[in-house]
Amino acid sequence: MAAGLPTLGFVAILIAALVLACRPLGDHIHRVTTRERHLAVERGLYRLIGVRPDTEQTWAGYARSVLAFSAVGVVALFGLQRLQHLLPGDKGFDAVDPAVAWNTAVSFVTNTNWQSYSGESTMGHLVQTAGLAVQNFLSAAVGIAVALVLVRGFARRTTDRLGNFWVDVTRVTLWVLLPLSVIGAIVLIAGGAVQNLTDTVTAAGVTGDPQQITGGAVASQEAIKNLGTNGGGYHNVNSAHPFENPTNWTNLVQVLLILMIPFSMPRVFGRMVGNPAQGRAILAVMAGLALLSTTAVVLLELAGPGTVPTALGSSMEGRDVRFGVGDSAVFAAATTLTSTGSVNSFHDSYSAGGGGMLILNMAVGEVAPGGVGSGLYGMLVLAVITVFVAGLMVGRTPEYLGKKIGARQIKLASLYFLTTPAILLLALATTIAVPGNHAAIQESGPHGWSELLYAFTSASNNNGSAFAGLGADTPWLNTVLGICMLLGRFLPMILVLALAGSLATARSVPATSGTFPTTTPLFVGMVGAVTIVLVALTFLPVLALGPLAEAL
Amino acid sequence: MSPSTTVAASGVLDPRQWRDAAPSAFRKLNPLSLWRNPVMFIVELGAAFTTVLAVADPSVFAWVITVWLWLTVGFAALAEAIAEGRGKAQAAGLRRTRTETTAHRLTTDAAGFTGPDGAPVEEVPATALRNGDLVLVEAGQVIPADGDVVIGIASVDESAITGESAPVIRESGGDRSAVTGGTRVLSDWVVVEVTAESGKGFMDRMIALVEGASRQRTPNEIALNILLAAMTIVFLLAVVTIQPAAIYAKAASPALDNGVLDAGGVTGIVLVSLLVCLIPTTIGALLSAIGIAGMDRLVQRNVLAMSGRAVEAAGDVDTLLLDKTGTVTHGNRRASAFLPLPGVAGRELAEAALSASLADETPEGRSIVDFAREAYGVVPPESSGVTPVPFTAQSRMSGVDVVSPDGVTTGVRKGAAAAMTAWTAAGGGDVDPRVPELVGRISDEGGTPLLVAVCTGDEPARVLGVVHLKDVVKDGMTERFDTLRAMGIRTVMVTGDNPRTAAAIAAEAGVDDFIAEATPEDKLELIRAEQRRGRLVAMTGDGTNDAPALAQADVGLAMNTGTSAAKEAGNMVDLDSDPTKLIEIVAIGKQLLMTRGALTTFSIANDIAKYFAIIPAIFAVVHPGLDALNIMRLSSPESAIISAVVFNALIIIALVPLALRGVRYRPATAVSMLRRNLFVYGLGGVVAPFLGIKAIDLLVSLIPGITS
Repeated sequence: MAAGLPTLGFVAILIAALVLACRPLGDHIHRVTTRERHLAVERGLYRLIGVRPDTEQTWAGYARSVLAFSAVGVVALFGLQRLQHLLPGDKGFDAVDPAVAWNTAVSFVTNTNWQSYSGESTMGHLVQTAGLAVQNFLSAAVGIAVALVLVRGFARRTTDRLGNFWVDVTRVTLWVLLPLSVIGAIVLIAGGAVQNLTDTVTAAGVTGDPQQITGGAVASQEAIKNLGTNGGGYHNVNSAHPFENPTNWTNLVQVLLILMIPFSMPRVFGRMVGNPAQGRAILAVMAGLALLSTTAVVLLELAGPGTVPTALGSSMEGRDVRFGVGDSAVFAAATTLTSTGSVNSFHDSYSAGGGGMLILNMAVGEVAPGGVGSGLYGMLVLAVITVFVAGLMVGRTPEYLGKKIGARQIKLASLYFLTTPAILLLALATTIAVPGNHAAIQESGPHGWSELLYAFTSASNNNGSAFAGLGADTPWLNTVLGICMLLGRFLPMILVLALAGSLATARSVPATSGTFPTTTPLFVGMVGAVTIVLVALTFLPVLALGPLAEAL
Repeated sequence: MSPSTTVAASGVLDPRQWRDAAPSAFRKLNPLSLWRNPVMFIVELGAAFTTVLAVADPSVFAWVITVWLWLTVGFAALAEAIAEGRGKAQAAGLRRTRTETTAHRLTTDAAGFTGPDGAPVEEVPATALRNGDLVLVEAGQVIPADGDVVIGIASVDESAITGESAPVIRESGGDRSAVTGGTRVLSDWVVVEVTAESGKGFMDRMIALVEGASRQRTPNEIALNILLAAMTIVFLLAVVTIQPAAIYAKAASPALDNGVLDAGGVTGIVLVSLLVCLIPTTIGALLSAIGIAGMDRLVQRNVLAMSGRAVEAAGDVDTLLLDKTGTVTHGNRRASAFLPLPGVAGRELAEAALSASLADETPEGRSIVDFAREAYGVVPPESSGVTPVPFTAQSRMSGVDVVSPDGVTTGVRKGAAAAMTAWTAAGGGDVDPRVPELVGRISDEGGTPLLVAVCTGDEPARVLGVVHLKDVVKDGMTERFDTLRAMGIRTVMVTGDNPRTAAAIAAEAGVDDFIAEATPEDKLELIRAEQRRGRLVAMTGDGTNDAPALAQADVGLAMNTGTSAAKEAGNMVDLDSDPTKLIEIVAIGKQLLMTRGALTTFSIANDIAKYFAIIPAIFAVVHPGLDALNIMRLSSPESAIISAVVFNALIIIALVPLALRGVRYRPATAVSMLRRNLFVYGLGGVVAPFLGIKAIDLLVSLIPGITS
């Protein structure tokens, strides 16, 4: 398969770069988030927002901070969009429609970055930079903070104190996301991405017709868009736009940025619980699943074009010639395996099987490696469930990292894995049951179903990418998808925090040779199997009606 | 328990058990009680729903599904009823031994009691007794209530609770004062102070326990139930949301039609079938049977667990506290070597030691006779002219005087070093300077040295050598401790011996640690220290002074021969009073958890095949490509669905024996156990339903009129 060779090189360089980057990055995140001393900059910020940095919170207090902080974020972003015509830097755009503004505000605060609008023709400079870009940082920081709390739950003993939300968010933003996105932006500018504050320029296109060329702070937005697994592009066509992602190697940088932090989190986990092997086991599950899925998507894409390209007679339909089918497929796998949702090709144009894999990537809860922070906590919850079921088989009350997994832990973990499918399936069923919504679906038959399924899977799992083809800008979809994003982000977070709380209060059980080992290849395989069997099987009926029906 | 000893299988199910359980199983179908088992409750609701649908629109397919859904619920109830039935049979046996007992209550206090004859007693029914009452029980009478003997001594037949026919001695004071209501005094008489009123006694608790009436769900069972409920909800959602999707899909190709999918969507019967196949019915149906059977396995080993929690805790135990005497060692010192002094033949010493022990009926004395016989082939001499010299507190030695036919008297003695040295000196002999050295060495090794000396006629007495008595570690204990270590359990030996002796025995037995010169307080402190480090501790005990430690331990196994205080404090009682049983209890606890885990894994793994059966059956009509998923090549959509439902029901019945017996347990490390169980129940759970469903389909496809 000659067409696959460049992609193989692309993947090989990507893996090599990740191997080099993730361990030091994990150590760096561990260092800045566990540092005892507060730096002067940090102390200044704490004084400004009025928090005592050395007062640690209970899980409930932490959860209240997460919710309050996010609520303020939604209101601010909503206001900014609604009032943009009165503020400077509006590029002449009007106030954003309320349903779109709600959807967008929720979308960016929940790290989803679902966009039911065209960025370049809706949002002015101020909204893009002071609103959307800021939330790109903060929503990512909140995700990492919640993951840190769950890890502390495992690491700490007999305490109800789990850290300080404001300290965690401040440090992650200042010392992890900011520096990395500055570096990322510079690299992307060097690669040709634009970074300016100009208004739209009209020029003559190659056909002689006038063409609108938009400028803006694109490169800086781009870096954090991928780094924070956000995905909200400056332009409607996202990373397929030459100003966002000009060349083949910026494409590689973008995929690297997407995967870098999620794959570093297991290292942070291993360091914090004082047993790097535990982190490596979790990393192995993530990497194994990611590799399987990426291989599947690439092979399916190289094997045959999908419904739309076949109709148009071109296997490159929906892909940019800069990237080709294979590299586009890698990007698509990476963006759905994490909660990023930035795209450099139209997933709608993928083969039925490839598109189905993308849906499945999101449906398993984006745990391989998942969103920044959310990937780690999602995977740890699956590990808890695995330990419980399999741990019973060694004849002891199951324990993970020395913590007994009892009724309360299982209740919270079960609710966690129940929540997202419940939101997704209920919203999807309600939507399809209302005949008025059928008009939004472009295709009829299974492909149309895939479009809708993709949208709800993406929103509920806070991915944000879309199968093009769904006219998502309807009041119903804007509202319901907004609710999916909101519940799909914060209900699991609250459950994770509660789980951390119940773990931290327990004492730690010393490991013996009768203890179920959680660093072996056997355990890695089991967590992978649980992820596939328990979670993916839930979605098999709905997948059967869309991608599977189409593919077979 | 040698490494190959597994928890014994508890008998093959015989058909009578199934039949006897049927009425009780039928009562369990009451939804008001079934809702506590969310998985089976959903199945019952589904069965009721399909019944309504089948009545409204009858077809062969509808009725076959309906019947098998009801059978699924029925099989679950039957499994539980069978598990309970075995306990009920035992309880009935216990009840038969209880007759209406009349108690002879003293009308004076203990001080006013002068003897059984003409004692001031009144006859009251046993049910009228209150705590603190004194009752007189004489030979042939049944003890009316649990209590402690305050006056007297008697032999008591406790076979009603222990199954052991040999009578036991019960006497006032000390650790053998507890008596159990329902047991019978065989000889003599005792005055018993009632400690448990009628209905709250040991026997009552025992009956309630084996009947399962007081069964409470254990922590792991509760957690597993939550997980199963969550999975049920997820699958409920997955199935419910199929309906609008199916209507949408169907609308695109209205012309096609089959019996499972029409314009109104998937038929209710098919939806319910899919749901029942996906939710974890196998483990849901067998979960409580597993728990009941686990308790039952303990009862069969004559152990009563006061709570299921204790049984589970046994599986989690990290540290075992074992009393040296009676558990690690036989408890009696035995002769293990004869060490002759220079110039004395081994056989000569053996003959002398045997002679000196002929009249010694203590276990130590018997062991010397046995050892001389086995190691040196010495036979006891003729008994004529032999005068036994028994042990007295003053002489602190024992032996014989033998008068030879020519009238010469030979004295043979054995005893502790100090006493024998004095005796030898008195007989005009000198003690060899190497004797103290030998004595010291034996003491250092934790043994007890006995000197053997002879004095013939007027010759000077002389020491022949030393008998090494030692605490002999029971056979197989070392292997058991190795096994326990492999399972991750640390063993700590507790003894009142001095540290040197304790260390020697500990090394020989292979325990991980020991505490010497232990007081009950030391035990309690050790348990607390282990628990502070997050470890679970198990111990055995029988005395009143063990009670605090028994109560503190996570698993406290009290001996039935022990005091009622000890039995109250522990959370298990061993009716055979065998302390080594603790090791078996750990195995049973582990087996209980493993059975649950294995069947859960099996249940979840089954879903894969069921999806492959049902999804193409429903949707291949609108999306023909999905027929590729029908890898089992099932004959028709209806037959595929029926086969999945039938398999789902039959697998419950097929696994009942496993649930009752427990999965095979072999002491091993967690890794190897996991690998084995994962292979058998995980991989087996994936493969078995593919074969089973295909086989059933071959039969079902023969039913006429199945396809509409």
